Amino acid sequence: MVLRLGIDVGGTNTDAVILDGRKVLAGVKRTTTEDVMSGIAAALEAVIEAAGIARDAIDVAMIGTTHFTNAVIERRALDQVAAIRLGLPATACLPPMVDWPADLVEEVGGHRYLLHGGYEFDGREIAPLDTDGLRRIADEIVAKGIRAAAVSSVFSPINRDMEEEARKILTEAVPGLSVVLSSEIGRIGLLERESAAIMNASLLSLADKTVTAFGDALKGAGLHCPFFVTQNDGTLMAADTVRRFPVLTFASGPTNSMRGAAFLTGVKDAIVIDIGGTTTDVGALQKGFPRQASTVVDVGGVRTNFRMPDVFSIGLGGGTIVSGEGESLKVGPQSVGYRLTSEARVFGGEVLTCTDIAVASGAADIGDKSAVADLDPDYIAAVRARIAEMLETAVERSRISPEPLPVIAVGGGSILAPDQIGGLEVLRPENFAVANAVGAAIAQISGEVDRIFALDKRTREECLGDADEEAREIAIRAGAVAETLEVIEREDVPLAYLPGNATRIHVKVVGDMGGLDA
Amino acid sequence: MRERADGTWSLDETDLEALEIGSGILGTGGGGNPYIGKLRAREVLRAGYDLRIQPLDQLADDAQVVPIGGIGAPLVSFERIKEGREGLRSLRALEQRLGFTADAVGCEEIGGQNSMEPLVTGALAGLAVVDGDGMGRAFPEMQMTSYAIYGHQTTPSVMCDPHGNVVIFDHAISEKWHEIMARACVVAQGGASVMASAPMSGAFMKRYAIPHTYTQAIELGHAVIEARRAHADPIAAICEREGGNHLFSGKIVDLKRHFKGGFNVGVAQIEGVEGWSRSKAEIVIQNEFLIFSRDGEVEVCVPDLVVVLDLDSGLPLTTEVLRYGQRVAVLALPSHPLLRTNDALDVIGPAAFGHPEIVFQPIPTKEAAQ
Repeated sequence: MVLRLGIDVGGTNTDAVILDGRKVLAGVKRTTTEDVMSGIAAALEAVIEAAGIARDAIDVAMIGTTHFTNAVIERRALDQVAAIRLGLPATACLPPMVDWPADLVEEVGGHRYLLHGGYEFDGREIAPLDTDGLRRIADEIVAKGIRAAAVSSVFSPINRDMEEEARKILTEAVPGLSVVLSSEIGRIGLLERESAAIMNASLLSLADKTVTAFGDALKGAGLHCPFFVTQNDGTLMAADTVRRFPVLTFASGPTNSMRGAAFLTGVKDAIVIDIGGTTTDVGALQKGFPRQASTVVDVGGVRTNFRMPDVFSIGLGGGTIVSGEGESLKVGPQSVGYRLTSEARVFGGEVLTCTDIAVASGAADIGDKSAVADLDPDYIAAVRARIAEMLETAVERSRISPEPLPVIAVGGGSILAPDQIGGLEVLRPENFAVANAVGAAIAQISGEVDRIFALDKRTREECLGDADEEAREIAIRAGAVAETLEVIEREDVPLAYLPGNATRIHVKVVGDMGGLDA
Repeated sequence: MRERADGTWSLDETDLEALEIGSGILGTGGGGNPYIGKLRAREVLRAGYDLRIQPLDQLADDAQVVPIGGIGAPLVSFERIKEGREGLRSLRALEQRLGFTADAVGCEEIGGQNSMEPLVTGALAGLAVVDGDGMGRAFPEMQMTSYAIYGHQTTPSVMCDPHGNVVIFDHAISEKWHEIMARACVVAQGGASVMASAPMSGAFMKRYAIPHTYTQAIELGHAVIEARRAHADPIAAICEREGGNHLFSGKIVDLKRHFKGGFNVGVAQIEGVEGWSRSKAEIVIQNEFLIFSRDGEVEVCVPDLVVVLDLDSGLPLTTEVLRYGQRVAVLALPSHPLLRTNDALDVIGPAAFGHPEIVFQPIPTKEAAQ
């Protein structure tokens, strides 16, 4: 028996669940606190009590957090970074951080360096690595007192040797310097990968503090188990990996709720609607994982090429304000948000919200039902029809095939969802309100390869086989059990306008975490 | 855009944002993403250079106009970003080889990323870019320009890479041969180079360039930005400006694609929504959106423009980002009469893209519709 603790630290709520194998023993929701840690402590105490287990019985803890995304968005607690690119004479026209908002560049110091180095698409060197230049930059780093550097080389997803060499030279010259390599973080697309590496470097001391604080919060609650943090693709990083790659936690929230929805229902292909207080996130599950966005994703005003779930948000939630009637009936996008429990009618307030409509229609039984007894049944029906229409449009957008997939409704506001959306059956799992914490608790380990393969000496099938093997090795090194590994993404894209000798292959495998065969 | 004393128009940063959108619309799904090019043009502007557009009617008949364009794989240009002066070096090498001085820079392809390269080169060389191009949209091959169709021989030409390598194509026996040799060279140079082609006279440009396409793309982009800001319908704004026709709104219900001879080929099936809910439409893709049919009948085909926009944002979609379930609006914009002659249709008509069964039926132009 393995007992897992899952925690999701969101902007509004901190949720915690305890799973015994596939069974949810308890799930609780607490308000996220300013210092984050006391909210975690409160949720921990509550869930341990609700599950009725001994605290030392918990084997492992998984945490999902928006802490690092918010630090970038709010421009706080970021370190200065030396941004070093290897690629001259190419790339000279667009220096690092060229498309960042000015305030964020200033926040990380605006230290940009361009040196000779990097590779062509076929692996030739653009120029030999400028080692003297690196030593000069090292001197500047010391003089300026900078503690982190990000190194990005052109086509490093194909060959990372120069980035590694640069790290060696820098850390020899500047003991204690943290050096992030772009090839450790991103894929092809120089500016986006480089930006991710710089953001990552700027978050290193916050990551160190946060991981220590998570550990302390767990210890404070009497837990001495190892803990992991979920990343944007729904898989896990060991706590110590988060200290090095905090940027990989970006957008893990929607991923966790979708993975949790799959787990709670046992359905692997579905549309998930996560209805919160203010918004509804809609996305598609494929083989139990969220479908990835194909376009660039903006974090705090910076373009990145992280693989993030393709989630569409609409302004509909439990706190969404309902006003007008007939032709002028309006549902949202304004919401009372976290003031729901004081401003909604059923909670003694004055504002008519979607939650009031759900209670008045009998779909939910919370608060004071008599406060909405005066609503006309025709009016209630009209509002519910409008809500159904909004959900139907969002679900339609997220369908990825004409197959009649089920819709899984999760989140605290899922009482708003009708029994059918656009002819699709709606599933409402138990513990729907804490699906995101469940998603964190069941996260797996992944391995990923994304680079260009030359097909002149080997066949496409051989290259795909090599990529599979490489991805498996990465996953096993990260702690996955070999027998449980499964390929969840495999695509190859021939490079247009180049003769048929180059193809970009992307493979991702996932498997269960070692030592915890649930 | 600001008119200057010399009669040219200066572009500012908001014009570049607009050109990014407008060139995406005219790219009809192809031509590559202009984002990197926009950033480069913006950096050049911030460094104090002028980005200038020259009205066609102000061009002297004996002016020498050098067309500049990027060539290679779009993916490479997002990773191995250019050095920045490839276009300038190509231009200077061509001037030296032929013993002339360029008076202006020309654009081969307004659709997609090639709208930006001439602006960057022109700014660095102190030259304006002529307000027109060779396609009025995007096409996949070099010889598919009105310049080449109406007899311009594009060699001698020069190709430069970020390293400083300069290759001169002294003579090609046909435009197709030029294309084949250029492709081989661009691979050796690392997959993304810039090319300057033989100069054209002002008189030739005035007669055979697709006119006003820079101002058209920039105004289109501004119309979309304005409509979005005012929460108005950007699709209506585009149609109104261009005499375009909102053909269809719908949801992609099937998408098949594969690679054929280095090209991205496919078919998208669209099921109607809103006023079109009883109809089905189909778009044939070959790097660009090529042919639009409704309920089995071909309605719009190349060289007329089939534009696909995101139904909610009004922003243009490229063929690579299309996917099942996307809600799209399909617009038809008329191609220029220069692209509709028999000579032009031999090169860029439906038969040239492997659809000899389709007879090109032009959609009405803005003038005809009025």
